[in-house]
Amino acid sequence: MSKRENIRVPVSQQPFTVTKPEDTTTIGGTVTVQINEKKFSVPLGTTILEACRQNQIHIPTLCHHPDLCIAGVCRICVVDVEGMKTLQTACSFPITTPIKIHTSTPMVRKARRHIIDLLLSEHYGECYSCFRNGSCELQSLAKEYGVDEYTFGHADKPRYQVDRSSAAVVRDMSKCILCKRCVRTCIDLQEVGVLEAINRGHETYIGTFLDKPLADVICINCGQCINRCPTAALRANDPSDEIWEAIDNPKKHVIIQTAPSPRAAIGEEFGIEAGHSFTGELNTALKRIGFDKVFDTNFTADLTIIEEGTELLYRLKKIIVDKDESVKLPQFTSCSPGWIKFIEHFYPEYLGYLSTAKSPQQMFGAIMKTFYAKQAGINPADIVTVALMPCAAKKFECNRPEMNSSGYKDVDYGLTTREMAKMIREAGIYLPEMPKANFDEPFGDASGAGLIFGATGGVMEAALRTVYELVTGREVPFKNLAIEPCRGFEGVKQASVKLENCVDQYKFLEGVELKFVVAHGTANAKKVMEMLRKGELSNVHFVEIMACPGGCLGGGGQPIPTNAEIRKKRAQAIYAEEESLTVRKSHENPHIKYIYENFLTDGPCGKLSHKLLHTHYLKRGKFIS
Amino acid sequence: MEIKLENKKRSGPVLFSEYKRGDGIRKAVELGRENILFELKNSGLKGRGGAGFPTSTKWMLSAAANADKKFIVCNADEGEPGTFKDRVLLLEYPELVFDGMVIAGFTIGAQTGIVYLRGEYEYMLQPLEDYLAKVREDNLLGKNILGKENFDFDISIRLGSGAYVCGEETALIESLEGCRGEPRNRPPYPVNTGYLGYPTVVNNVETLASVSHIVLKGGEWFKKYGTDKSTGSKLFSVSGDCEKPGVYELPWGTKIKELLEIVGAKNTKAVQAGGASGTCIPKTQFDRMLGYEDAATGGSIIIFNESRNMLKVLKNFMEFFIEESCGQCTPCRIGNIKLMDGIEKIESGEFTFSYINNLKELGRTMQVASKCGLGQSSPNSFISILENFKEEILNTNWKGKENV
Amino acid sequence: MLELEKNSLSEEIENLVKQFGSERQALLQILQAVQRKHKHVSDFAQQEIARLLNIHPVEVYSVISFYSFLCSEPKGRNIVRLCRTISCDMAGKDKVVTAVKRELGITFGETTNDGRVTLEFTNCLGMCDQGPVMLVNEKVFTHLNPEAAVNILNEVK
Repeated sequence: MSKRENIRVPVSQQPFTVTKPEDTTTIGGTVTVQINEKKFSVPLGTTILEACRQNQIHIPTLCHHPDLCIAGVCRICVVDVEGMKTLQTACSFPITTPIKIHTSTPMVRKARRHIIDLLLSEHYGECYSCFRNGSCELQSLAKEYGVDEYTFGHADKPRYQVDRSSAAVVRDMSKCILCKRCVRTCIDLQEVGVLEAINRGHETYIGTFLDKPLADVICINCGQCINRCPTAALRANDPSDEIWEAIDNPKKHVIIQTAPSPRAAIGEEFGIEAGHSFTGELNTALKRIGFDKVFDTNFTADLTIIEEGTELLYRLKKIIVDKDESVKLPQFTSCSPGWIKFIEHFYPEYLGYLSTAKSPQQMFGAIMKTFYAKQAGINPADIVTVALMPCAAKKFECNRPEMNSSGYKDVDYGLTTREMAKMIREAGIYLPEMPKANFDEPFGDASGAGLIFGATGGVMEAALRTVYELVTGREVPFKNLAIEPCRGFEGVKQASVKLENCVDQYKFLEGVELKFVVAHGTANAKKVMEMLRKGELSNVHFVEIMACPGGCLGGGGQPIPTNAEIRKKRAQAIYAEEESLTVRKSHENPHIKYIYENFLTDGPCGKLSHKLLHTHYLKRGKFIS
Repeated sequence: MEIKLENKKRSGPVLFSEYKRGDGIRKAVELGRENILFELKNSGLKGRGGAGFPTSTKWMLSAAANADKKFIVCNADEGEPGTFKDRVLLLEYPELVFDGMVIAGFTIGAQTGIVYLRGEYEYMLQPLEDYLAKVREDNLLGKNILGKENFDFDISIRLGSGAYVCGEETALIESLEGCRGEPRNRPPYPVNTGYLGYPTVVNNVETLASVSHIVLKGGEWFKKYGTDKSTGSKLFSVSGDCEKPGVYELPWGTKIKELLEIVGAKNTKAVQAGGASGTCIPKTQFDRMLGYEDAATGGSIIIFNESRNMLKVLKNFMEFFIEESCGQCTPCRIGNIKLMDGIEKIESGEFTFSYINNLKELGRTMQVASKCGLGQSSPNSFISILENFKEEILNTNWKGKENV
Repeated sequence: MLELEKNSLSEEIENLVKQFGSERQALLQILQAVQRKHKHVSDFAQQEIARLLNIHPVEVYSVISFYSFLCSEPKGRNIVRLCRTISCDMAGKDKVVTAVKRELGITFGETTNDGRVTLEFTNCLGMCDQGPVMLVNEKVFTHLNPEAAVNILNEVK
């Protein structure tokens, strides 16, 4: 028996509590299970679903998601277990005795068919006008089970109004099939707690607190719910029509910046297995679509490192040398807009710990409509900046009212990987077949440090490469510049690097053990914030937090589906691309040097960069009036 | 109306036989755990809530579970239409129920008992609390019960808030934990992983009341009543078209027609055994007997005379399930709606026979694929009423456009 | 809501948390207590409860919406629940329904203009041998006929 530690989540949504032995020999080891007349040996506590999948026996699932705990509510995975009166759900049934299972009896097939029929009878919408056409799990189940008529009817009217209030997430509950994946994502995985089932019985729907529009509750716009929705009930707010309009308008100079994570994942939208970057191909495709300039967000990722790194050194100096107690450490990264909104809602009293540096996306916009506009001789009013991001929250971020330091809306549109793929397809382009091309100058060259921003720990790694070298004059003491403690998908990582033989300017840091923490997913962010609250981070200097599991590569705008395996492959693609680059440290990017020499002449964290590249945050709090 | 704990004595062979407060507990201490479990097993007592799971097995499993805390939960969320025996037991025979809980705690090693009383019975809360206070004074509850070292057990009462599904044991536990009353996946079963993750025995009010008698008088005595597979007696809540509705204690195995005679039912057309989730038995089958092996019921007996419209009855039942489904699993959430659509089509005479057959098939899927007992039994009345009253329902509501 | 009212509600909820505990399993008891006193659980109360139990407000709202005896919108001072299940139905529930509706000038699911009575249907009240039955707040009335039901309702304040 294991005691549940966390009472927060309705138990029906928690994994069953049969403990799976780590070492299978400890409590009886394995058990023999007979599936469809064949015998298999599986570790005690394996679910029927796992046992079947390990042995290439297909079981359909719908409410089940590898990132989430078990719900057992859709009932599509029912199987026949000999000796039991009713069918059992494969996803939730732990094998603890030698049972006999049948996965395709007439009763099982009929039940599955009925369940699909029932879901279809309530699911409003026609497949051909749906953005999940071709990637909808309900649709593929209907196909798999040969549904060729609506046995129990089909919804011809929407049951609920579409909630378009949010800049990032659109909710269409008429398409919802109540699998509760979004609820489990929001409450368990991200611990934000915006969505829950409301009412009961047939009146049940997934709703917000008091049914308020999404924009009025504490949604952080991470979009993780979208990535796990099996249908089109949740989708991102798609600006592609406006972008087409801008492209088609000859007066407009349309610039797109592309972030590293979409490049490492967009292939999946074109049927390519996860783990391949399409940076060069994407450059060609974007030019063919009609973007006037294609730039690399990594350039401003480098800029972020310089600004954020300098800010960290300033804070350290103020604390160590000036003994200024008003300065907060550890410094938290600020490039994940989901994380920003999370801390604004849940920990508003700790905003002072956030780096004031804007995210690379917003820095880019600000530079475009100032420096670039001037250099290129274009009226900033005619510039339209689009950001290709792996992120749903970036849509919210670019719409934050304070993000207009250039005098214009710094970034006009945030576009997700999925929406980009849609535009590319719409233009009649098959991305994988495109020839490779470079980014446009002058913001096309970036360092590998900017590239690895896409994976959790990447910002930390990039920052350390620069900070360590600034302080000591030497490269970070890690083989091939790969700071391994920053890498990998552990929820909260902690490590340190000792600063020795510092250059004169940073002698005050001599002997300091530079400690850092990396966390991804807001549930882990919460853990870190609780550590901070308890004073457990008092000797930590720098904390990287990304709102999405896996970091940006697992962002809410990335291709669907997502799971740990896919995220791992995307990370591999990013790290592989990084190793092939020549410049791998932000401060060595020649364009960075150029911009500080010619535009931001008062240096990092100087007056102009504060105006353009830094921002402030809002104490939002949790109370919903 | 003023509610007080009454001491009105009814008559009946087992539950309504002689019993004095604390007798069962005293006997339990005398017997010891092993013997109690033996007597219980020997008695053949099965859960009185309707599912009919052997009580001794439940107790043994949780007695065997290794945990620092265990719970006894008395399921007093009596919500099945036509059931009111628990109300009578709690108001008139609280000693049977609470002694049963103490005995259960003693046997499995639990120190906490919780009564989950349905919100509709809130008016009983105070009298029951008063009763518990009295029992505590008599040291039949609390620390070192009956002076026995380390025999600690206390009972608290928690209220439901109007949800029939919370009568399902895992939904009840969810509700106790402050959640929506949504049934859990099983396994694991509450006997291992129940309230707050601890081993928990959830027993119906009547089951616990029976335990007090069995412990006092022995399994053999209990087995004298009833049939081989349904031992002992049962409380039947009788309502509907009869002269003397109320709670009756009858041995299992009593024939339906015998029961009808006792309660003074005339011109009976059908009997609904087991409430809305039970089956509807037509006149031709009245020599069937009440028992787990034949006409199973948690106690609800609703009698319909010849004047009743069975389609209307069915509709009432389906309305009930639509309102009370928790809504988490697909077959129950949407299935009941589809069955209702069918009923409405029959009412308006616009159905096809193949459509009705499809719905019956759907009903069979609901019986095997729903997550909990509610969805698994909600199609019972649909299937049995349409089957047994085919003539009345399907062949008279037919609005055909003949010879067009 | 006035600050003053908010403060007293906060205090009340804090006391309930002291009484029932700050664990999730106290939620239903706290909600029932607030509901009993205020006839609904306001948005402010829900957020206070969520804060003190360290759960999300939407979870509180979700639980309220699940149980038919809890609500987040104010209802009448007296809540009348008439059993609509089969035995009461057969015992003449429909006549009582008609009489009560006519007398109060509202239909089921509505509240009288003066906020005195909210009429609702409910499922089986466990009084099937004495139907038709209704609950007025937590009190149960049996063997109703149209006149008796109306008289009872006219007496509640």
